[in-house]
Amino acid sequence: MVDFMITVDENLCKGCNICTEFCPRKVYQESGVLNKKGVHVPVPENEDKCTQCQLCALMCPDQAIKVDEKVDEKDDK
Amino acid sequence: MDENRENRFMKYLRKDRLPHIFCAGCGNGIVMNTFFNGMEMAEVDFEKVVMVSGIGCSSRIPGYVKCDSLHTTHGRPISFATGIKLANPENEVVVFTGDGDAAAIGGNHLIHGARRNINITVICINNSIYGMTGGQISPTSPKGSYGSTAPYGALERPFKLSEMVKAAGATYVARWTTAQPVQLSNAIKKALKNKGFSFIEVMSQCPTYFGRKNKMRSPIEMLKWMKEESIVKRRADKLSAEELEGKIIVGEFQNKEEPEFSDKVCQLLEAQCTTGKPSSTRSAFEGD
Amino acid sequence: MTSEDYFIQGNEACARGAIKANCRFFAGYPITPSTEIAEDMAVFLPREGGTFVQMEDEISTLGAVIGAVWAGMKGMTATSGPGFSLMQEHIGYAVMTETPLVIVNMQRGSPSTGQPTMASQGDMMQARWGSQGDYEIIALSPSSVQECFDFTVEAFNLAEKYRVPVMVMSDENVGHMREKITIPEKVEVKARSMPEEGPDTYLPYRADPDGTSPMPALGDGYKIHITGLTHDERGYPDASNPQAHSKLVKRLCNKIRHHTNEISRIKTENVEDAEIIIISYGAPSRSALKAVRTARDQGLNVGFIKIDVVWPFPEEMIQKAAGNAQRVIVVEMNLGQIFYEVQRVLPEVKVELAPKIGGEMHLPEEILKQINSTKD
Repeated sequence: MVDFMITVDENLCKGCNICTEFCPRKVYQESGVLNKKGVHVPVPENEDKCTQCQLCALMCPDQAIKVDEKVDEKDDK
Repeated sequence: MDENRENRFMKYLRKDRLPHIFCAGCGNGIVMNTFFNGMEMAEVDFEKVVMVSGIGCSSRIPGYVKCDSLHTTHGRPISFATGIKLANPENEVVVFTGDGDAAAIGGNHLIHGARRNINITVICINNSIYGMTGGQISPTSPKGSYGSTAPYGALERPFKLSEMVKAAGATYVARWTTAQPVQLSNAIKKALKNKGFSFIEVMSQCPTYFGRKNKMRSPIEMLKWMKEESIVKRRADKLSAEELEGKIIVGEFQNKEEPEFSDKVCQLLEAQCTTGKPSSTRSAFEGD
Repeated sequence: MTSEDYFIQGNEACARGAIKANCRFFAGYPITPSTEIAEDMAVFLPREGGTFVQMEDEISTLGAVIGAVWAGMKGMTATSGPGFSLMQEHIGYAVMTETPLVIVNMQRGSPSTGQPTMASQGDMMQARWGSQGDYEIIALSPSSVQECFDFTVEAFNLAEKYRVPVMVMSDENVGHMREKITIPEKVEVKARSMPEEGPDTYLPYRADPDGTSPMPALGDGYKIHITGLTHDERGYPDASNPQAHSKLVKRLCNKIRHHTNEISRIKTENVEDAEIIIISYGAPSRSALKAVRTARDQGLNVGFIKIDVVWPFPEEMIQKAAGNAQRVIVVEMNLGQIFYEVQRVLPEVKVELAPKIGGEMHLPEEILKQINSTKD
């Protein structure tokens, strides 16, 4: 279990899948189903591989991705 | 949406206007991210940012940002920006423009802004086509590329914008592509920190028009193409024109210090002013 | 309070009027016959702590002025026909975004580059209709050096009150003429009003159906979006909404139209029971007045109307002053522009045109001859 979370905002995502392609660790996978807006929203299937490099959030043209910042575990009490 | 689950740049945006009108995979959104990233790195006070834009897809960016913003006329944002900066040099003035806006109809304002070395940052999103009007060729469309007004291929030579703006006197000039968001963010940081005319040329993807008309249908294909064709300036300088055919030269084209225009105006006012009020900012609010 | 007399050109009087009205930003581009305004502002403004900039063309001069006005300055530019043509794009932008500013147009012989050193009143309709779409502006027409000063001050005040571009439509005659004028130490200056509300509740384009709203400066924390596109009360583009467009453009027109009688002004002489009335504005109104007085000395019952504020057209004032005349003669330095407006508002009256182009003013005798002619 990872101690952070990736969120893809379905209301903002337009389904370009730049994140799916450019994530260095291939964290995302293109969804096989269309959501209610007709978009193949990417799914962070391999969240455990994520290094929080934030490239996906920087490249997402629709500001739809949030990757939690690294949290120092000592402070996380 | 829970604010804790929002993208880190959402705090700068007018959420009531989202999602923006850009097509899926458009580079404009990436440039927005890199701007905020560069702005944070440069430690620019967001409260002082005034965004100015012309007409075109990229010029819609300021309308989504929660700052003072002017969406002006086609090609003329630099003229408005000049007035905003001179009237109050405290304003951190950033111009968002495109290749049609800055290189065609606004070319004269661009070179004169650079010549004055006025402290504004111009971010030109160059997608080599007119997107808003449906895919006509622009002054930066590669020779032979297709657009709705070049159905048999572009006959004209494209402008090399960064080289041109450097020649006109800008003190910071860099070109990157949307496929290099980290380098682009760094260049924007340096541009914002430069006290003078800064020009960032972002080669960007328009999958809807440039891509579709030039056999690159997806934004991913276009990003890969830009990444593969990019060559850093250091290496490019050693190559011949033939070897550079079709390449995108990326990197810094200019980075130097020169006296800045609004500073010179302020110094003139200090020297000439007889009223003891050399800064008459907000003159409009004085009166009966 | 003390005032001072000067013997100066109309152009310099415009510059001095602007300074008195708190104009602290001028962007200019050289053009005959208005160049002296830019030259004078380049001298005066730094002394007052204001900014002068010479731009690359007249499109950018007005762009820079609009930017500076939003940044909290009062701003002005000056030009003549060819430059005025280039400015039309940004006049429309200033109208749509409700940007208060002043443009002085020292009219010269046109079309095209025409007669750079000669006078005309050929841009009167361009001032009214030159940019695309339905809109209203304000235009004043000075006929003397004193009026160049007075009307420029008034132009700034009207611009602030109605948040609209105001044009001072003079001509080469007046711009280059030297006369004695009196400049008061202080003039009435209308300050721009800040919103009473804070950024959380302020809507930049919320106004009465024929009104306008207070206007903060960029950097004041209101975070306004300003666009030439059809916009809603928040300033956000709403360009495909027929109701939003209709509401906005009607307000932009009605904020001027519904206040015509407060904005416009005519001066009259002996119109009450005059059989013939001469209507003029700007430089030729001086010849016209001379002709009217001579005609009266000759026993003719002639009255005179000088239009000070030409746009919005003082329709009711002219109807009231000239509605009972038998003949109205419009004296203007073009082949008929304001003439058609007069004809429109006086359908029952025989309206004649006394045109003159070529750059020279009407001679009083020429006007007198037309008064004496009976073109029935």
